[in-house]
Amino acid sequence: MSETAFAMTGGQVTFDGKPILRGVDLTVRPGEVVALLGANGSGKSTLVRALLGLTPLSGGQTLLYGTPPARFRDWWRIGYVPQRLQVGGGVPATVGEVVASGRIARQSRLRRTSQADRAAVAEALEAVRLSDRAGDPVQSLSGGQQQRVLIARALAGQPDTYVMDEPTAGVDAGTQQLLADTLAGLVRGGKTVVLVVHELGPLEPIITRGVVIREGRVAHDGRPPRPEGECARPGHEHVHPHAAETTAGPLTGWQGDPR
Amino acid sequence: MIELLQEELFQLALVAALLVGLCAPAVGTFIVQRRLALLGDGIGHVALTGVALGFLTGTTPVLTAVLVSIAGAVAIELVRARGRTSGDVALALLFYGGIAGGVMLMAIAPGGSNAKLNSYLFGAIASVTREDIVVIAALALAVIGVVVVFGRELFVLCQDEEMARASGLPVRFLSLLVAVTAALTVVIAMRVVGLLLVSALMVIPVATSQQLTRGFRATMALAMLFGVLASVGGLLASTLSAKVPPGAAIVLLALAGFVLALGVGKFVRRSRTQESTMSERPRVQVKEVA
Repeated sequence: MSETAFAMTGGQVTFDGKPILRGVDLTVRPGEVVALLGANGSGKSTLVRALLGLTPLSGGQTLLYGTPPARFRDWWRIGYVPQRLQVGGGVPATVGEVVASGRIARQSRLRRTSQADRAAVAEALEAVRLSDRAGDPVQSLSGGQQQRVLIARALAGQPDTYVMDEPTAGVDAGTQQLLADTLAGLVRGGKTVVLVVHELGPLEPIITRGVVIREGRVAHDGRPPRPEGECARPGHEHVHPHAAETTAGPLTGWQGDPR
Repeated sequence: MIELLQEELFQLALVAALLVGLCAPAVGTFIVQRRLALLGDGIGHVALTGVALGFLTGTTPVLTAVLVSIAGAVAIELVRARGRTSGDVALALLFYGGIAGGVMLMAIAPGGSNAKLNSYLFGAIASVTREDIVVIAALALAVIGVVVVFGRELFVLCQDEEMARASGLPVRFLSLLVAVTAALTVVIAMRVVGLLLVSALMVIPVATSQQLTRGFRATMALAMLFGVLASVGGLLASTLSAKVPPGAAIVLLALAGFVLALGVGKFVRRSRTQESTMSERPRVQVKEVA
């Protein structure tokens, strides 16, 4: 049996009696670049959190590299990019400090910061073009720059698998392109990527698989959707519900496409 | 002043002030970052019952205070981790219970009196004994040890708990560690500034420091400096007149420092924005996390 980065079978999540995930089967193999798509409230963010064990399942099971999250030990293999940077209760933290915290899963408690740690942090900062801001407080950065800090933090840990929750939401076109280029480099290096996105944008060429979530279930799993017509126009405002009904799709060419 | 320095009583007080000034802001930095600025107050209330228990049972109040405030801190953390809105009320109940329990136990304790209670509520640094100093120093060592050994992990935890979980950190253990370390700090500080003002030394130096700094490490280091300046300065101020209570003098000094830093901070930030727009800083500067 080949290794899986994530393997969820019949995954269910319930919040206060309200079902959010209603039995999701999802297997991600190393090297895949999976886009999780879906309307707001479809459960895609909950799905990534459940894949990581951050949100407990009320039914089914999920495995991280073959191990349930509670017993998983190799957390350095996972690089999580949350939706937003948490800045804490007003205590400043520099860009360098936050990015360096991405090394935590690789550091042992009593060992001091090593040369390898420093090199990885410097490289991660360089990748997102924030080297010159390393000494600045993250609180002083714009939203797009904070998003780059989050990505750099994951990069610094040099994981095998990246899990990103809407890394392109609310960031400028330049940052989106930067992210696409960074991800393309990771993919070439054989890394696994699972990302929640609203629209593929510049990420489109590197996505190998699109999974559409609708009402807590996998509605489509296969080739990534290609935007057509109005949706393909640059700067298009994405207002229609994603993957709504099969009849409603400007996203054609993938629906019902067997994998 | 020279004569004063040679008095043992004053030397002991000075050591106590120094240790408190170092420890309280170090722990306080994590607590403020975690948005738990009032945690110290809560533990302080509960610790009063511990002090009274010491008088009642004839044990050293510092030791019973350690035990009871650790229990209180763990209870607070458990309520916080469950994250329900009723947690607020549960905490309030715990705090009232702490104060009322302390006053009641003190009243029935042999040799207990309001004066003794006051010395714990508002501090009585002049009455610190050698035995107290030994306990305070041991606790201070434990607190600094926690910060040194677990600092990196605590930074991630206090910054973003979910990130800590996704990095495989033992979140529950670390959360309890923060609470217990705060409890130890409260006990260290209670003889110096008093249980009602304990939290001030955990919060004010941090609030002062963050007006001037850019990073977490720098904030903690500067907060510890401010903490020492305030506690030692307040103690010295109290030697000027018998009327000046040291605990209050320390806290007021710390507050004065905060007001000053507010003004200086505005100035520093303004000149920084000019600096960063006028000159590029290509130097890669990577700071390690506490």
